[in-house]
Amino acid sequence: MLKALFGGVSSVGRQTVDGIWRIGYATRFFFAILLHSGTAFSRFGLTIREIYFSGVLSLIIILVSGLFVGMVLGLQGYETLQTYGSEEALGILVALSLVRELGPVVAALLFASRAGSAITAEIGLMKATEQLTAMEMMAVDPIARVVAPRFWAGVLSMPLLAAMFSAVGIMGGYLVGVVLIGVDEGSFWSQMQAKVDFNLDIMNGIIKSVVFGIAVTAIALFEGYDAPPTAEGVSGATTRTVVTSSLAILALDFMLTAFMFRGLN
Amino acid sequence: MTNDTLVNIENVSFGYNARPVLKGIDLSARRGQVVAIMGSSGCGKTTLLRLIGGQLKPNQGIVRVAGEVVSELDQASLYRLRRKMGMLFQFGALFTDMSVFDNVAFQLREHTELPEDVIRDLVLMKLNAVGLRGAAGLMPSELSGGMARRVALARAIALDPMLIMYDEPFAGLDPISLGVTGNLIRRLTDTLGLTSLVVTHDVQESLKIVDYVYFVSEGVVEAQGTAEEIRSSGLPFVHQFVHGEPDGPVPFHYPALPYAEDLKLEVARA
Amino acid sequence: MNRVLLDFWVGLFVIVGIGALMFLALKVGSMNSIKSADTYEVSAYFDNIGGLKSRAPVKSAGVVVGRVANIGFDSGNYEAKVMLKLDKRYTFPKDSSASIMTSGLLGEQYVGLQPGGDSVKLKNGDKIQITQSAVVLENLIGQFLYNKGQDGASNESH
Repeated sequence: MLKALFGGVSSVGRQTVDGIWRIGYATRFFFAILLHSGTAFSRFGLTIREIYFSGVLSLIIILVSGLFVGMVLGLQGYETLQTYGSEEALGILVALSLVRELGPVVAALLFASRAGSAITAEIGLMKATEQLTAMEMMAVDPIARVVAPRFWAGVLSMPLLAAMFSAVGIMGGYLVGVVLIGVDEGSFWSQMQAKVDFNLDIMNGIIKSVVFGIAVTAIALFEGYDAPPTAEGVSGATTRTVVTSSLAILALDFMLTAFMFRGLN
Repeated sequence: MTNDTLVNIENVSFGYNARPVLKGIDLSARRGQVVAIMGSSGCGKTTLLRLIGGQLKPNQGIVRVAGEVVSELDQASLYRLRRKMGMLFQFGALFTDMSVFDNVAFQLREHTELPEDVIRDLVLMKLNAVGLRGAAGLMPSELSGGMARRVALARAIALDPMLIMYDEPFAGLDPISLGVTGNLIRRLTDTLGLTSLVVTHDVQESLKIVDYVYFVSEGVVEAQGTAEEIRSSGLPFVHQFVHGEPDGPVPFHYPALPYAEDLKLEVARA
Repeated sequence: MNRVLLDFWVGLFVIVGIGALMFLALKVGSMNSIKSADTYEVSAYFDNIGGLKSRAPVKSAGVVVGRVANIGFDSGNYEAKVMLKLDKRYTFPKDSSASIMTSGLLGEQYVGLQPGGDSVKLKNGDKIQITQSAVVLENLIGQFLYNKGQDGASNESH
């Protein structure tokens, strides 16, 4: 029995050491991406191609989700505000919720599931079928040619997707609140304009989405690059990408929100 | 060591932590030669190729390619050397997001400043050498295994390397493709004057085309010689390998308890 | 996926994305933060600032003319010291008064600036002399109850 306990504790220790080693490896990988990013910009065509696969192909899910989230905000917001007689504040509610939080966070979560997992699977498969080794043997650095363009494509796409999510969401809120329910159109927009500050709310939302973009893309690339070259290996890596990215997004969101909005009260 | 020895491996040892893979290998290959490295699975053949390509550093010994010690090269020189080496991976390792044409053109576009029409001519020439000029527009997913490997070969010779390494080129091919591949390896080596290192365990096909054979077992070179010498060798390991005998120095049974004990039978008393 | 088509879609994606950003910036938000280069700062002391917060608007005649820059406590005279950043375009007489008002009955509080009659204008670093503190709801209710009590007492004594 003592032996089982000993075994259990030492396996926790081993996993912790492995985990820390892996984080160190991931950090070195991240800096390697940054160092080798020259090609991603000098041959911008590579990055553009990846923006298509990560950004453009995520548009549908982002726009549809944004619309629905905005509409739900309009509905739920109206229900609650009505009890305090403040229905004209619906515009403020919808806009601030989206621009400050839901836009960056939900768009990032969707991006992680759709584009992040696709990137992990692609890189993992390229590694498993020895394409990355072949590239190295042909004297082309795979990090510069394959990994870095995907990284910058993710970082560039993310704020655009978050902005589109928020914009479509506000439209959805308008659709439900003003068009369907009948909140006053003038107060919807004017109160929103009075309360939503460009620097404080919108810019902060954009900064958040850039940070999320960096985190999600880096995690996706690392998991793919580090995946064991088997079928189970790649599928496990894709799952890990989505889970780790989601946790990272939520944790970073808390930290950024606490930092950005601390002066308000 | 004569001047036209291209690859020279002297007393090289390599292992991962506790597990030694290669223990003191000596190997050399000259220009215009097709050299086969044979042995059972997991004996370190692919590791040898990685050592030559500079992906791994030997724990002991020296690996020399064209006179340069591979493990002592810096990043830039290593990349320069790799441009003169071609490697054919077991399943082709073609870039799946590009067409056949773009795959072969890859090295030309990355490492040279040649204009597109010159590249086009070169790519078609290389594809013609492997008989796949008509397949230039296909995607790798549309190719059969044998065709994929031939395209990979065309890609490997794109920059006219002086050394080509083949990792199991004959694995899993039908008889016709086997013949085609073997023929291609020999012809390319002769016409382009390069050196081919073929890692394989397909005895019949390789003995038809090679000049020299190294037999690797348990991390050392067990035997070496010309194709004829190997075929008629009396060494038990070589004999078992060449004639495909199920039992011999490489045993049939994985080490285990005596059969009767395992089945929990009582040993009958006399 | 040929090159031209790819570039087209990416270009469209970027244009729509920037369009969304513009929409958010112009239609949704407003450039309310007046840049500090175009403002001048004055101070005002209040007995009670109520619920006034930093970045609250400073309004005159109902129009936003500045922002509350920061709120501090003066331990010399035990009053609240409020720094106001006013837009350079608008100048006020030196004897203007600042009062803390509430927008609506239970809305957020802001500083209302009522111009005086002095020909000399407020400059950067000046102090607003006349101030009126916020109305604290509890005091108002207490006063109302007290007044009611007074009325009741005077009625009874008849």
